[in-house]
Amino acid sequence: MNAEAVDFSSSTRLTIPGRQTAVRDGLRALLDMLLLQSLPEDGRGTAEIVLAEALNNIVEHAYAHHHGEIEISLQLRRNELLCLISDTGLPMPEGQLPAGVLAPLADFADLPEGGFGWHLIRSLSKDLSYRREGGRNLLSFRLDTQQSPA
Amino acid sequence: MELVAEQRGEMIVVSALGDRIDAAGAIQFKDRMRELTQTPSLRVVLDMSRVAFLDSSGLGAVVAVMKALGPDRKLELSGLTATVQKVFRLTRMDSIFTIHDHLPDGLRQVG
Repeated sequence: MNAEAVDFSSSTRLTIPGRQTAVRDGLRALLDMLLLQSLPEDGRGTAEIVLAEALNNIVEHAYAHHHGEIEISLQLRRNELLCLISDTGLPMPEGQLPAGVLAPLADFADLPEGGFGWHLIRSLSKDLSYRREGGRNLLSFRLDTQQSPA
Repeated sequence: MELVAEQRGEMIVVSALGDRIDAAGAIQFKDRMRELTQTPSLRVVLDMSRVAFLDSSGLGAVVAVMKALGPDRKLELSGLTATVQKVFRLTRMDSIFTIHDHLPDGLRQVG
């Protein structure tokens, strides 16, 4: 895997190429790091879901037209995992995070096949924040590592 | 994502042998499911007991497979692991699918 990892006891930083397969490898590497190994299983599951959705979103949208890297910084503080993800891709439309409202589960033929990602991120994270700074997208949030909010 | 299928009477049981259905493998998963469910059957049961992780693209692929089977042929899911269950619950997709704790007796050795 083309990734540089720094693994301290309470913080971890990982840089990966903005590609789907690199996201898969990067998640595997992060979950294997001591920092996330120390979390209860439920907390690790939550972290994997939210990180996967945030990273996939960057690959699919921010890097839709060009390639770049994604930097992931995680810090464990008491019962919280602080996450900061940055990329040099396209900004969020209108500079804002999507609302992440689920489509109604109405007719069988109209069941949604997408649009779940931001709903999952918003459901499982706290203090979700996005800003654009010096040509970079900066996404930050906190995850409860002891008890999942959902 | 490696998938294997076995026909049991009116049912096709597909076992997912890989540990994740994610953005990188969603299209391949859909294509392979389409191949494996070509044979007519009343029910299709997807054994997900080895799948530790599913993201929103993987969920979309499972929904797409269900829709492709049509309204008269059901896709049932079996053996959801904790993280996969969480994704189904938060997106309310657990209300759409028939979900079994484990495969019906006598089918557990499939795959």
